[in-house]
Formats: sequence, C-alpha cells, structure tokens
Amino acid sequence: MTTVLSLLLLALVAVAGYAVVRTADPARQAPTLSVYSLVLTLLFVVLQAPDVALSELAVGSAIVPLLVLLTLRKVRGGKP
Amino acid sequence: MNRRFRTVLACAGALALAVLLAAAFARTPGATQVYLELARPAGQAHMTPNLVSAINFDLRALDTLGEETIVAAAVVGTLSLLSLSPAERHRLNPDHRPVLPAVRAFGYLLLPVTVLLGIDVILHGHLTPGGGFQGGVVLATGWHLLYLAGDYPALARLRPIGWCEYAEAAGTGLYAATGLAGLVASGSFLTNFLPLGSWTALPSAGTVPLLSFFVGVEVAAGFVVLLARFLEQGLLPDKENA
Repeated sequence: MTTVLSLLLLALVAVAGYAVVRTADPARQAPTLSVYSLVLTLLFVVLQAPDVALSELAVGSAIVPLLVLLTLRKVRGGKP
Repeated sequence: MNRRFRTVLACAGALALAVLLAAAFARTPGATQVYLELARPAGQAHMTPNLVSAINFDLRALDTLGEETIVAAAVVGTLSLLSLSPAERHRLNPDHRPVLPAVRAFGYLLLPVTVLLGIDVILHGHLTPGGGFQGGVVLATGWHLLYLAGDYPALARLRPIGWCEYAEAAGTGLYAATGLAGLVASGSFLTNFLPLGSWTALPSAGTVPLLSFFVGVEVAAGFVVLLARFLEQGLLPDKENA
C-alpha cells in the first residue's frame, strides 16, 4: 500500500515539476510551484519524513511563491 | 552552440548523472545502516527520542550553527537591499482591496491554530518530529495569515519589526553562547552539558530543546523581517504613479 502510494506520488511530483517548468509566465508559475510543493509535502509524509514535510509546506508552498509574486508586482510597477 | 548540440549535451549530462546516482544508490543501504547504528544509541544516551533533532542539535550542532548563520546572513543582505528610506516609508500606501468573506474567515480561523502549531513544533522538537527550523517557518507563515485575511494595517501593528530584528540576532547569538558555555563546562564547543532528564519528559535532552528554541526564534523572526521588507516594497507605489 505504502509502495503504491509513494510510486503514485512520485509520478505526481514528476508531472507537477514538468508543469512548473512548462509554465512560461512567472506570475502563473508561482501558484504552480505552490501546488508542486504540496504534492512534494505529501510525498515526504508518505516517506515518513514529517519534519521535512513541514518545512516544505511552509517554505515551498507559501513563502517562496509569495516572495515571487511580491517581486513581480514590484518589477512590473504595481501590476500583479 | 545550436539547439541540437545543446540537446545532445544535456542528454549526455543527464545520462552521466543517472549512472552516478544509480551507483550511489546501490551503495546507500550499507552506509545508512552504519550511520543509523551509530546515531540511535547516541540519541538514546542523550534522552532525545527524535533522532533527527539529536543529529541537528547535538551530534552535528556545529553544522546547524553554520546553517543558522547562513539564514541570518541572507536576511541581513535582504534588509540592506530592500529597506525603505524614511521618505519612501512616508509614501507607503497599503491599498484596501475587498477580500472575500470566506478567505477572511479562513485566515482568522487558521491564524491561532497555525501559531499554536508553530510554538508546539518548536517546543517539542526533541521529542516529536519537527524542531526549531520547522516550527519557526510555520510560525512566520501563520503570522502572515493576517495579511491573507486582507488586513495589512493589523499585520503591521501585530508585527513588531524592531523586536523581530533583535530576536533574530539574539537567537543566533544565544546559540553560539550555548556552545561556548559547553566549551567552558566540559571542554568542547556545543557539548550537551545540561542535565539530560528522563526519557520523553518535556524538559529533557539537555541543550537540544534549548538550541532548537533559539533556532526557532531566529528563523521565525528572520522570516517575518524578510517578508515584511518584501511586502513593503510591494506596497510602495511607483514614483510615476504617485
């Protein structure tokens, strides 16, 4: 069961990672990255690494996309 | 360098990496067993059920000091780049955009839960999965649910930036000071010199929860300061529009 789940999540991580790379517009890339981090968090939980999962959840799916979006807002002159 | 050559080069690189990774993975079980067999008794001897924390804050506490210094240096670098001048601060204009009531309610609902979870993860770092870094980022993220709930003025009020800057420096400094105390008490830097207590008790594992707490304070304060600077820059209207 755990093997099936981790294989499934590994495949999802690959798909989500590909989606992040294929997203050209950084403003759209930030939420895609957030989803990718959520999938990665689930994978870490299944692989019994809850502390890494917590870090990934907070940094990868919240803080980094927020920093990207704020930076874009700044460099594009107030437009999101 | 045309496209075809680049593709071939990338494929060759990926293939070489795959071979190296496969060779490395083929040898890992032996290596992990060795580390596990060495680390588990060491963690048990110092009353630290969470083996990850035993490694981070006891066996390899020096590495964590290095990592903590990297975080502090990164935050200080961001501060020096993004800090607003007094004139800019005067122009700061948080716009009040309507926020969906559901988002607002969700933000306020999750705010206390996330902050409590962050504190819990920091304080139980030596017993259950987690520790200073994880708890610190959860705490800093939770704090910013106030912004998500659409209330930048509330966030600005409840986010004592000055104190956070001090807390960040103090966390880093006290970590090093605990290490020096170990040097004085038992002859080597970052030794676990405090009473170890009993297995799974909240005050146990000697310096492990203390170091974890300092990292938690440093990381939470550091990320709050970091996000504050980014938010201020984002909210600063452009000269042309002003």
